[in-house]
Amino acid sequence: MITLKVNGRTHTLDLDPATPLLYALSDDLELRGPKFGCGLGQCGACTVIVKGQAIRSCITPVKSVEGAEITTLEGLGTIEKPHPLQKAFIEDQAAQCGFCVNGVIMTAKAFLDKNPKPSEQEIQQAMSGVLCRCFTNVRMLRAIQRAGQEMAR
Amino acid sequence: MKPVLNCDARSALHRAGFSRRTFLKTSGALIVTFNAGWKNAEAQFGGGPSAGSPPANQVDSWLAIAADGSVTAYSGKEELGQGIATVQQQLVAEELSLPFDRVKLIYCDTALTPDQAYTSGSQSHPANFNRNNLAQACATAREALFKLASERLGIPADQLSAANGVITAKSNASKKVSYGELLGGKKFTLTVNTAAKRKPASEWTVLGKPIPRPDLAPLVTGRFEFVHNVRLPGMLHGKVVRPPAVGATVMSVDESSVKDLPGVVKVVVKKNFVGVVAQKPWQALQAANKLKVTWSPGAGLPSHADFYEHVRKQPARDNLMVDSKDVEQKLGEATTVLKATYLHPYQMHGSMGSSCAVADVQGDRATIYSPTQGVWYQKTTAAMVLGIKPDNVHVIFRRGSGCYGLNGADTVTYDAALLSQAVGKPVRVQLSRKDEMAWENYGNAFVMDERAGLDAQGNIIAWDHESWSPTLGNRPGPRTPGNVITGYLAGFEPDAFAPRPAAEPRGYNNGSNGIPSYFAGAVGGTPRGTGTVKSERALAHIVASPFWTGPLRSPARLQNTFAHEGFLDELAAHVKADPVAYRLRHLRDPRLIAVVKEVAKAANWETRPSPRPGNRKTGTAIGRGMACVLYEGDNGYSALVAEVEVDQDTGKVSAKRFVVCNDVGPVSNPNGLRNQIEGGALQGLSRALGEEVTWDDQKVTSIDWRTYHTLPLGFDVPKIEAVLLDRPEEEATGAGETSITLVAAALGNAIFDATGARLRQIPFTPERVKAALAARA
Repeated sequence: MITLKVNGRTHTLDLDPATPLLYALSDDLELRGPKFGCGLGQCGACTVIVKGQAIRSCITPVKSVEGAEITTLEGLGTIEKPHPLQKAFIEDQAAQCGFCVNGVIMTAKAFLDKNPKPSEQEIQQAMSGVLCRCFTNVRMLRAIQRAGQEMAR
Repeated sequence: MKPVLNCDARSALHRAGFSRRTFLKTSGALIVTFNAGWKNAEAQFGGGPSAGSPPANQVDSWLAIAADGSVTAYSGKEELGQGIATVQQQLVAEELSLPFDRVKLIYCDTALTPDQAYTSGSQSHPANFNRNNLAQACATAREALFKLASERLGIPADQLSAANGVITAKSNASKKVSYGELLGGKKFTLTVNTAAKRKPASEWTVLGKPIPRPDLAPLVTGRFEFVHNVRLPGMLHGKVVRPPAVGATVMSVDESSVKDLPGVVKVVVKKNFVGVVAQKPWQALQAANKLKVTWSPGAGLPSHADFYEHVRKQPARDNLMVDSKDVEQKLGEATTVLKATYLHPYQMHGSMGSSCAVADVQGDRATIYSPTQGVWYQKTTAAMVLGIKPDNVHVIFRRGSGCYGLNGADTVTYDAALLSQAVGKPVRVQLSRKDEMAWENYGNAFVMDERAGLDAQGNIIAWDHESWSPTLGNRPGPRTPGNVITGYLAGFEPDAFAPRPAAEPRGYNNGSNGIPSYFAGAVGGTPRGTGTVKSERALAHIVASPFWTGPLRSPARLQNTFAHEGFLDELAAHVKADPVAYRLRHLRDPRLIAVVKEVAKAANWETRPSPRPGNRKTGTAIGRGMACVLYEGDNGYSALVAEVEVDQDTGKVSAKRFVVCNDVGPVSNPNGLRNQIEGGALQGLSRALGEEVTWDDQKVTSIDWRTYHTLPLGFDVPKIEAVLLDRPEEEATGAGETSITLVAAALGNAIFDATGARLRQIPFTPERVKAALAARA
């Protein structure tokens, strides 16, 4: 049995300890935020935040995050009460297919929490390990910058 | 079969008081040929809408108004991430004078929506926004509602106006009646009237406005249901085991190798299709990795290094697009003849999320949740794969990861269907990254020869274009599941390839942009092209491919445009002409001329020949280049200026600024259009700078994001400025593939402007740039 704390709730799951966290989140808990993009930690689609760090849940065994507070995209905000990042993405219409958005927002969240007033270059650097194959780069980077200003207020 | 409606559809129909099936069955509709958006599909696959499709000529196939006034529209064009659902909703709201959020749009479900072939090829706007289909059904409905209101209120229709679903007398606001009251929950029972008057763009209040996409909030908060998130009761998980080499076949499968693994339900083998079903996805993956399959050796692959030469030597199926028959003679008379060869690699869709589908096959019936671009074609081909009747297959579109054309969507749907059939339970399959990338239907590689003759004044007097491109498989269409890997492994053949000489062109068709913009395009005497060069030939050779191929955003159009627009630039440079002025000298289409002029103005284009005077041969050099196109010969005008910085020591190319001008007829949603222009431009940049499928002597080696090189989200992103020419009086055209078509050409031209080195092979890797710099005169 593995105990996972996700978005403030505790779940006890019967899992092989080697199971990647992503599988527990999207299949056992049926969360829709974290996604399987590559299974290799290369694209970011599966990103969640653990202890303030954006981690790739597709290559993180559940055992290694047992008991730690895990935040997913669902945990940031809701449609009615979106997080400033989510709000900025809606306002800037910063998505196309939307599959990458989880990785983009979660990576940006962990980054902005540590770097409240980043420059454009710092944001680009922080987002250089995340992919968006629809190439919504312009809007997403702009939304991150605006959300950063909002969050720093 | 019991149709499975999604919640929204079910509640809408419940409110309306009938089932959709009953609704259409009892409509008494006369089924006649009607254009449901078949332009590309007919050319490619022949035939018309599938049996069982709601008839496109009936208003009820597109629109239902319930007694409570709620409006549901049905479309065969689906949301793939480009905002087409939003603009279709805008269209319906506009034509029926409703607020945007009063319209519910349902798309691509074979139990509910009309067959409009594939959602592809920038055809959704042409199909549903001009004088037929969804737009015209709404216009017909509006006229019918006004007629009913006129009778009910005793006031002539021209003295009535509509707003918020209520028709009111212009002279007396108390005299009014709602749509719901007028129809009383009944059907329209009306044939779509192609002469029904559309609302003029000057009166638009919803269409043409930057309405935000309703799917953004659920997407960014993790509430949106992708096909990856579909969960059915009792659902199991499948993984496929693909061959280790191209052409390898199954010799034996040792099922005992996984029988002790936890959760394994079944090993499934059908000819060369191999898969595993387990209780949980992680268990399925373990089992697929451990399953012992003995494969025959692969067929062997042509050398990657010499591939373009190999392609030229293959037997070909030829397509002659235009031939004035005097090209050789005119080239002989020319003062100067220039030649160049342009090369484009196979590239992949490389969807962000690997493809996924969920199938529930019970006996001779199947319900399938698929990200396919063609639910009706998936219905007939999945039926073939399963060996059941198409009537018994219900396909429901659910959004996948952005596809940009034929990614793994269709193939993974067959995977899920086959595995579900084997276990009699719902099965979800998501491909591994490698299975997605090694076996998808790649965008075509191209070899393109350009030859042109100039007179003493530097005018182009003759131009010859000849291309070679390999092909294998394609979209499955209505009857060819073997066009993608799973169908083939399961025993179906792809479209046969037969070499044949070219026939004389029968009409002007520039669907692949094989004909340069500067050709007169005189097929059968009348010039239909966009240019002035009368001595012209464009010939395409299609050859057999060792890899699966299929449409990738701007298929063939991007490759051909890269060659044509790069070569035009070479001609301009040769005669020391300004590239914009030289284009304008050889163009005659006023709308294409307009986008070229507008983009030059917006970019503050400096009129002078390339290369840029004063640039040094070392260090960083800046330059600008342009390209233009009438996409598919009739589907959107676009011109693009690229400004680049080239590090001549490292060979690194950085795009600094893109300025794009688009004319797509009436603009449905300016913000959505800008999103497409921006995304297309950057995807084009990624494809121009880094993307290339690679292989060894047995197998594809570009199988993940370390071996297939895409630009990440964070890089030195160029500024993108879009100029939209709104032409409400013209027909609506596509817009998703215009900017991407121009990037490689404009970028290559800008690199030449900066450095004097001409790049004729995609991708422009630092090594290739350095080689071109070293080869400068």
